[in-house]
Amino acid sequence: MADMKSVETILEGHPDAGRDHLIPILQEVQAAEGYLSKAAITRVGLALDLPASKIFGVATFYNMFRFQPRGTYHVMVCRGTACHVKGSKRVLDMVEKVLKIAPGETSRDGLFSLEVVACMGACGLAPVVNVNGQFHAKVTPMKLQRILEECRSEEFSHV
Amino acid sequence: MLALEANGQKIEARKGDTILQALQRGGIHVPTICHMEGLLPSGTCRMCVVEVEGAPGLVPACSFPAADGMRIHTSTPTVLKTRKAIVELLLSNHPDDCLYCARNGKCDLSDLAREHGVRNRVFRGLRKRKEKDISSPSIVRDPEKCILCGKCVRVCEEVQGVSAIDFINRGSKAFVGTAFDEGMNVSCCINCGQCILVCPTAALTERSYVDEVMRVLADPGKTVVVQHAPAVSVSIAEEFGFKPGTDIDGQMVAALRRVGFHRVFDTSFTADLTIMEEGSELIQRITQGGPLPMFTSCSPGWIKFVEQFYPELLPNVSTCKSPQQMMGAVIKSFFARRENLDPKDIVSVSIMPCTAKKFECARPEMGRDYVPDVDYVLTTRELAELFRIKGVDPGTLAPEGADTPFGERSSAGKLFGASGGVMEAAVRSAFFLLTGDEMKEYRIQDLRGMKGSKELRVKVGDLEVGAAVVSSLGQARKLMDEIKAGRSDLHFVEVMTCPGGCINGGGQPLKADLDSVKARMAALYAIDKTDTLRVSHRNSQVQRLYKEFLGKPLGHLSHQLLHTTYQKREVLR
Repeated sequence: MADMKSVETILEGHPDAGRDHLIPILQEVQAAEGYLSKAAITRVGLALDLPASKIFGVATFYNMFRFQPRGTYHVMVCRGTACHVKGSKRVLDMVEKVLKIAPGETSRDGLFSLEVVACMGACGLAPVVNVNGQFHAKVTPMKLQRILEECRSEEFSHV
Repeated sequence: MLALEANGQKIEARKGDTILQALQRGGIHVPTICHMEGLLPSGTCRMCVVEVEGAPGLVPACSFPAADGMRIHTSTPTVLKTRKAIVELLLSNHPDDCLYCARNGKCDLSDLAREHGVRNRVFRGLRKRKEKDISSPSIVRDPEKCILCGKCVRVCEEVQGVSAIDFINRGSKAFVGTAFDEGMNVSCCINCGQCILVCPTAALTERSYVDEVMRVLADPGKTVVVQHAPAVSVSIAEEFGFKPGTDIDGQMVAALRRVGFHRVFDTSFTADLTIMEEGSELIQRITQGGPLPMFTSCSPGWIKFVEQFYPELLPNVSTCKSPQQMMGAVIKSFFARRENLDPKDIVSVSIMPCTAKKFECARPEMGRDYVPDVDYVLTTRELAELFRIKGVDPGTLAPEGADTPFGERSSAGKLFGASGGVMEAAVRSAFFLLTGDEMKEYRIQDLRGMKGSKELRVKVGDLEVGAAVVSSLGQARKLMDEIKAGRSDLHFVEVMTCPGGCINGGGQPLKADLDSVKARMAALYAIDKTDTLRVSHRNSQVQRLYKEFLGKPLGHLSHQLLHTTYQKREVLR
């Protein structure tokens, strides 16, 4: 369960908020909690007098919102034009297959979460993948598989 | 008045009209899908495009304001080609299973395809794959058949004020779903079924219990009894080719016997019983100081609505069960004892204009000893299907009467089928209970008609009673907010979930326009006009039930069998 205290603090920052404050509030909630929990959406709905179905509809319209907590390793695959030309589709397919998750989802062990972005501004390095802020250039499916395995073994070396 | 020209013909429009309204006024037909009478246009489907001279492209008639001197063309080759392409695109990812489809013969999409001469699959899109949502006891959603017109979303939000569903995702991934894409059963859906009535395809249908009912009808160990609601007899005729507003009560009763029901009871009988209980409860609240105003409790969509959205006003809701559940309770108690039957061997079926009744009969408090009072609810549409499967055409049968001991009804009970009817019946009987006299004129015109909100101040003895009638939960919400804000001049409020009442219920025949609904309403008024028994308190079988079984209104047995309790309901809202 997400920490609802941050949601309350965010709502306090928007006194007399109406429906036009919805997206800024959702952005702040996601920045604070990493995702939009059911509890947070319901709470925001109560504050803005908006039905949960409506907020969920708005939030799913935009790629930036996610509804599952981030994993220990947050994988961002670029699907911008340059990366696409250089084969990012195959890279993405591989991640989905190996991690058994779709973009926006988090693996059940909580280790990995996947996000698709339109461009990271590093087209010269295409196809680009970003894991927890670190850029990986000219990624192939094979190369990314190794990266993911490294993440996994790093995680287990802590145990 | 604005002067326009359409297809070379002069037409007139009022200021503020859309092109569509102007064309309709001029008698020119334009096909629509997403257009909804009385609601703001959404302009999503583009079926209604027309050519306007001087405009750079085609213009959607439903959302474009009419202007003076406009020259419109509604059937040029470009317009027709475009409309046809729109239908072809809608069909591009639609399942081709019309023969097996619940909407076969009543589908707006297949009508449009026929009207536009679509004979080939021109575009082949990727089929949308998404599981059916069968979690609700009332409504089944099949997103694969959805064409994203958005009418269900709008009716749920703008008419009912519920907003259980909305668009999820974007572009080719978009679909209509509940909050967090969970089942309808955990959403704030109140099961009214208005979404089914506006759906152009079979993306929304009622949860059918026809098979279950056929199974028990074939079981020799069961006594299957049926009750039919006041609004069914004036609407089911439409399914068998009669014009809207034809009452076939007697023929429907005959048909119910032909398909194998052992006893046929009239829910209008328990509507009369409801008046006795609810009227007494109202008088008790007024004289002994209970929570006022008192709200009616006949409409199960409304009950779930209060439990979810206004739990603080639950003490104001009458504790009376709905007529359906009162009938169920007396069937499995008084009737069972009278016939020497174990309630477990009685199957109680009810025919309702309503999908929410399916949810109501499954509420855990609606039964005793794990035996539900009503086992299955069929909508008007499902009953028509049952008749067709069994090869029974009510139109060809001689009328028959309902069975004792729950067959007699007053026309006041019959009025329960229309918005304002419960109030009218209640006023008639409350007047008698408080003054000992009958009203001089039974008909109360102020309470009649399709208006969403009606009010009446009536002098009963020394007391001036403030009465309000609302239909549709959007209207109810407005009134509830007024009451919460301190409005205190009302004693009794009738709420019906569906606009116009049960005659426009979510289980009624499809493709009914406003005129058909008005015709159904007029049919109920016509019955009341000529009936010999027009007040609930003179129903002799109701009186007999009190004498032989229940004792008196609000008595001990009444409390056990005919009254219920409500509680706050947590849902995703």
